[in-house]
Amino acid sequence: MMENIFGFSISPSSAINMDKVDRALFEELCRVEPDAVRCMACGSCSATCPAAAFSGMSIRKVLLCLQRGKEKEAFRMMSNCMLCGKCTMVCPRGINTRRLVLSISRIYGKEDTK
Amino acid sequence: MIYQGKQKIWSEYQKEIPDDKWFYVRSCIRQNFFPASEKMLMEICRNILKKDFYETEHHTTCGGIAYHCDTIPQETAMTIVARQFALMTEAGYENYVASCITSFGNYTEILQTWHEFPELEARIREMLWKACRKEFNKPKYLAHSSDLIYKFRNLIAEKAKFRLVNRETGEPLRVVEHIGCHYAKMFPSKGVGGAEYPYVLAGMVESWGGNVIDYPERRHCCGYGFRQYHIKANRGYSISNTHKKFESMEPYRPDMIITNCPGCPYFLDRWQYVIAEMEGKTYGAGGFGIPVFTYEEVAGLVLGYDPWDLGLQLHQVAVEPLLDKIGIPYRPEDKYKGLDRKDIMRPGLPENMKCF
Repeated sequence: MMENIFGFSISPSSAINMDKVDRALFEELCRVEPDAVRCMACGSCSATCPAAAFSGMSIRKVLLCLQRGKEKEAFRMMSNCMLCGKCTMVCPRGINTRRLVLSISRIYGKEDTK
Repeated sequence: MIYQGKQKIWSEYQKEIPDDKWFYVRSCIRQNFFPASEKMLMEICRNILKKDFYETEHHTTCGGIAYHCDTIPQETAMTIVARQFALMTEAGYENYVASCITSFGNYTEILQTWHEFPELEARIREMLWKACRKEFNKPKYLAHSSDLIYKFRNLIAEKAKFRLVNRETGEPLRVVEHIGCHYAKMFPSKGVGGAEYPYVLAGMVESWGGNVIDYPERRHCCGYGFRQYHIKANRGYSISNTHKKFESMEPYRPDMIITNCPGCPYFLDRWQYVIAEMEGKTYGAGGFGIPVFTYEEVAGLVLGYDPWDLGLQLHQVAVEPLLDKIGIPYRPEDKYKGLDRKDIMRPGLPENMKCF
């Protein structure tokens, strides 16, 4: 293959093939925390999160990433959570997001240390 | 999506396409990319379908490229378009046909804006009068030229010498249809079949014997996106989009791609070479690319026109494997000869993609 002489390059595709995503851990999360599937992705949690502005933390995005099998990205985002609980106070579905964060850490963190 | 579902959507998005007496405006860029396409459209409409198909040498760009590149405001594009309508009015026509998808989108958007804001239309009329002393009537019908070929697809099929069928296996060819974004994504009701599953090209493919394949990124942009390509630093976005489409369609092993936009066939064709040079990957069988055609070129092929008279030698991806598959005769030694049979010179060949 020749050297790239074009002055631009191809970015990796963001397409996700759900047939190739292993959802075992997400299903375990849903068993422990049924609230994980009750989220309607309104974004209130992200809007109120004090860590979001400087770290990119967003519970909404974390759940989306976990559903799509992008666990590393979700875990990296979630490591910025300060467990302040503001997202729990504003959630219109009444999801205990603080507990959800802890459950995600436990389930996916366990996988991470294997 | 199940076929019956598509049928339902298509039945909801049908538009009235005039039968005859068309005022035609060309695309700015198509003649440079695929020079025989517009010639073929005229040939089909005038000589095969025997329609009144008028064009004037006085028409200009619609301003669409400059508008979408944020170079001119919409009012300027509107005044340019008003002048085009004035030419149509002077010639005594009411049915306006655009060759370019972006022009079609531009005209649709402007007519809709004038409908919503009549005071703006009045201002544009005043500006046109001050600029060039012209007045205009709005077109009664607005169509894209692919709408016309769609309307007469069965008539073309009756006159066809070849069908989109593999002559050895008898199986229909697997065809990817790609619709230009500005055709129906902005105004779904203005396109045949709507925005999600436009039927305009699928209808042609079905009538001419092929099978349309469905794939995840079917409605994705070809990657041209004016501001992405025209600024060199942004071309990575453009090719990444095209790459995404090809990666998505690859498992379905398409035989060919048919398009109805000036930019789409160009980028789907040329970027295959660039992807091959950057990543060493080709998407067709045996190291070739997937040939990309305009709908007029496909119409010309099924009607039995000489592939080199259709300008297929100007495609980056070799078309010969597909011609062999359908059984269309061609003379390899004539590939790089012009209409006067003089040599038009041979291009350099890519390293990673097979070409002739």
